[in-house]
Amino acid sequence: MSDLIDARGLSCPQPVLITLEKLKSLDQGELVVLLDTDTSKENVIRAASSLGWQVKDVAATGVEYRLILEKA
Amino acid sequence: MSSIREFFASRVGIISVGAFIGVFAALLQKWGNPGNMGICVACFDRDIAGAIGWHRAAVVQYLRPEILGFVLGAMVAAFAFKEFRPRAGSAPIVRFVLGMLAMIGALVFLGCPWRALLRLAGGDGNAIFGLLGLVAGIWIGTLFFKRGYNLGRTQSTYASVGWLFPLIILGLLALRLIFPQIPDKDLSGILFYSVKGPGSQHAALAVSLAVGLAVGLVAQRSRFCTMGALRDLILFRQIHLFSGMLALLIAAFLTNLLLSQFKPGFANQPVAHTMEIWNFMGMLVAGLAFALAGGCPGRQLFMAGEGDGDAAVFVLGMIAGAAVSHNFGLASSPQGVGPYGITAVFVSLAVLLFIGFTMRQKTA
Repeated sequence: MSDLIDARGLSCPQPVLITLEKLKSLDQGELVVLLDTDTSKENVIRAASSLGWQVKDVAATGVEYRLILEKA
Repeated sequence: MSSIREFFASRVGIISVGAFIGVFAALLQKWGNPGNMGICVACFDRDIAGAIGWHRAAVVQYLRPEILGFVLGAMVAAFAFKEFRPRAGSAPIVRFVLGMLAMIGALVFLGCPWRALLRLAGGDGNAIFGLLGLVAGIWIGTLFFKRGYNLGRTQSTYASVGWLFPLIILGLLALRLIFPQIPDKDLSGILFYSVKGPGSQHAALAVSLAVGLAVGLVAQRSRFCTMGALRDLILFRQIHLFSGMLALLIAAFLTNLLLSQFKPGFANQPVAHTMEIWNFMGMLVAGLAFALAGGCPGRQLFMAGEGDGDAAVFVLGMIAGAAVSHNFGLASSPQGVGPYGITAVFVSLAVLLFIGFTMRQKTA
């Protein structure tokens, strides 16, 4: 079971802040992030890749995104 | 469509958008807008407040078409890329107050962050103090972010909620067309028009509107934001948005050089005063308010165009703040700060600290 962050409805920079905090504590593995704007999706991906995390999957469900980040 | 999407999300994309804004802002000055004020979201919102009579400062009344274009351009881009997201409900009263305080601070300095860059690009050394204040204000904002400051989640809502602000903008555009400017008259129907001062200096309606629409389109795509630029730099050491902000400065500077609009100095700069401390403090207040609200004035307009009702409330707060600033003698003029400007800076700062310290919510 992957860790999950629900950043839906939060305005910048909150989604990035809470995702980075979690990524730093995990160090490696898999993290699911729920988002609801394209801006926060882009910002989270940009911030995660700066820590060496990769996007495993982005699924759009209605008006939301389910982003899966991974680091081996 | 997806290649356009990727371009605007890239480093080259954000730099192109910053450069585009810089070039056209400098050109707008050539085409009639006030000095070092090709585009100023704070000043132009203030001029709109004057045009609809919310304040009666006769020199700053004009229904600026650029602002209308920003919102409508962003809305078109949001629809074209399926990003129109009607949302609202994240502490609207706080956002209204933040908009007011942002405007009060910006009018002590005389400009939004965009204009601070344009002033520097035109050789106005006073802008340096404003930009330092902006950095200081945003830095204070990042301290609040680290302590968990948060205005709460927005909710997805009815499409009509997202539509309302663009409809208000369309209404203003209709007023501008129904009541066009009459030469040497300060009133046309229900709209006020400055006959002298910065409000009387403007490019042609079609030109202003076209540039506004274009900027709205590309800025929505690239998420261009000057507050975000400095915030991400301070908080995450990320230079993505910052590179766009630098591009605006450099492009405006080069365009000014080509157009012989670069005039270095401190004294007698257009629509500016030389009180260093209050240039700094005004922008510190504005910068902190932008940070706590999650976007610079331009970005708030673009988000309002995307259907963000909270950003729309911030914009309305800015317009109300402009009325308060001019009605109560808080706004500066080229002679210096207004009679109650300094008091307003301290009151605004106190309210911002109250908001920053008290609005913390566990997000996990």
